[in-house]
Amino acid sequence: MNQPARQSRPSLSHWIRFFLSRGAFALLVSLISAFFALPMLWLLLTPFNARGTLAVEIPAQPTLANFQRVFANAFAMHALVNSAILGLGGMLLVTLVATLAAYSLARTDVPGRDLFVYGLILFSSVVTGTAAMVPIFMMIFYLGLIDTHLAVILVCTGGLLPTATFIMRDFIEGLPRSYEESALVSGATPWQMFRDVVLPLVRPGMMVVAIWAFVNVWGTFLIPFILLRSPQNMPATVAIYSFYTEAGTPIITLTSAYSLLFGLPVLFLYLFVNWRYGFRFFGGIKR
Amino acid sequence: MARVQLHDVCKRFGHVTAVESANLSIGDGEFFALLGPSGCGKTTTLRLIAGLETPTSGRIVIGERDVTDLPPRDRDVSMVFQDYALYPHMTILDNVGYPLKVRGVPRPEIQSRVGAVAESLRINHLLDRRPAQLSGGQQQRAAVARCVVHSPQVFLFDEPLSNLDAKLRLEARGFLKHLQKEVGITAVYVTHDQAEAMALADRMAVMSEGRIIQVGSPLAVYRRPETTFVASFIGNPPMNLIPCRLALADGSAALSTPSFGLDITPLRPRLAASLHNGDTVTLGIRPEHMTLCAESMPCTMPGQVYAIQPLGSEVLVLVQVDDTTIAVRLFTDDPPLQAQHVHVGLTMERVMLYDSAGRLAVT
Repeated sequence: MNQPARQSRPSLSHWIRFFLSRGAFALLVSLISAFFALPMLWLLLTPFNARGTLAVEIPAQPTLANFQRVFANAFAMHALVNSAILGLGGMLLVTLVATLAAYSLARTDVPGRDLFVYGLILFSSVVTGTAAMVPIFMMIFYLGLIDTHLAVILVCTGGLLPTATFIMRDFIEGLPRSYEESALVSGATPWQMFRDVVLPLVRPGMMVVAIWAFVNVWGTFLIPFILLRSPQNMPATVAIYSFYTEAGTPIITLTSAYSLLFGLPVLFLYLFVNWRYGFRFFGGIKR
Repeated sequence: MARVQLHDVCKRFGHVTAVESANLSIGDGEFFALLGPSGCGKTTTLRLIAGLETPTSGRIVIGERDVTDLPPRDRDVSMVFQDYALYPHMTILDNVGYPLKVRGVPRPEIQSRVGAVAESLRINHLLDRRPAQLSGGQQQRAAVARCVVHSPQVFLFDEPLSNLDAKLRLEARGFLKHLQKEVGITAVYVTHDQAEAMALADRMAVMSEGRIIQVGSPLAVYRRPETTFVASFIGNPPMNLIPCRLALADGSAALSTPSFGLDITPLRPRLAASLHNGDTVTLGIRPEHMTLCAESMPCTMPGQVYAIQPLGSEVLVLVQVDDTTIAVRLFTDDPPLQAQHVHVGLTMERVMLYDSAGRLAVT
């Protein structure tokens, strides 16, 4: 009770100020949210509109005709399968290699280890796919891997590994060493210890890395664009060009329908993993 | 069942020497304790025996085999960790059976052997649960079960009781000793609790700052601590240590402090030859080897009562003698009063004398 008892209840002007400030805040937040939500809204509405444009409008007569035409394009549908192949391949390779690498980084004490980690930080943020476009093409060409899914998977894995290794290292460092030591003294070989004790306990971390890697490879454009030649190898990110006119402009109705289809698997994957395992972004399990 | 031997084992981590010139010989079936304060190197020594660390120099022998270069799984030992290290994602059955599983024992045999061990440790009703569902005492017994199930040559214990509450700790002490005697397997036990080491060990090594200071049976170490460090570490309350000046002559010896003189001529034949007249020495005497006398006598020290602690079975009287507070253990219903001036008498045969370097100077 520090205020002098000047008024027995708040005045009208006080209430007006209160609502105005709250209202203005809410308005501001709504505007910002709308700015971000509009593209999502467009993506949800336009595929069902026979005369879809770049404007966000509720279709007068919702139709599935766009989807029918998209499904009829066998090349584009097969491209979705290619995206899945690349995504799964990248996911598995990144998760496996990152986990093994992160384990050695976290547990061993070799000279030069900290220098190596510093190098990883450098390379993951400085050297991007665009900057290394030409050298990557030359390297894959000399390996004779042009126009193969393997090339795309390997290059994408290489690009994703530094970050993935960091994430996994965090999770592994959160594990008490006594679990691993106990397994070793119980008679396990290092591989048995890794398989029976470490892997099950870093599964949340592996889930995070796997989903993140899948989503990145699923949505990658540049690497498949430069490394793949034949139409039957193209993933969806490149195949979307088949829904452009000869003049080079996109056919809005079809590209929007295809984009919606393209986004659905990732959405379902996220929902599934979240339901089944939950996402735990903090490292370590407190025991 | 094996003897464990350490030959001149050293372990350095960079510039830090964790263990220095450790020489131990542990007998078959013996319960051997490594005792010392935090940072003394006892856990490192245990880990060297287990194979979790490799010695910088020296050899380690288990049984008849030199195991210095062998990984933990080839040493045929087992270990109970301070935090038990029960795998949280496995059931207790899988946890306890893990040493058997990695050795390729078939599943039905794992189940029967785990069942037998679990029954003797009274955790057989918990085999389907996860470690998080067990109480601290049950987790500890599960960790011990995992240690026992594959009948190794040596048990290793790294302060296994420190995570238990006081009452459980006493129970577990009894059960661990009983178990070890029953199976007869050599055990090496690390602890910082001297009462625990005294209660459990057949022999123990007292360590400090990476070195083994004294090895012997609990009673031998208790009765004849070889340095002031060991004297002040063993016993609860620890041995009283009073700094004095030695007056030495051919037929007599006496200790003097600013406030009193103590005639210790009966000890003269047993004094070490390295002692000289005028040396600074430390008088050591245990609380139970003292009494309170009515008046001053040649073998008493004057003091003033500092505090009285009735403990039920005995009375602990803290007496201020010069600058030192000493503890006197009395079994009486008639303790002295606070601030009373008293004369503390000592049993001459039990007096220990330490030279200026802290080493025992009485045979």
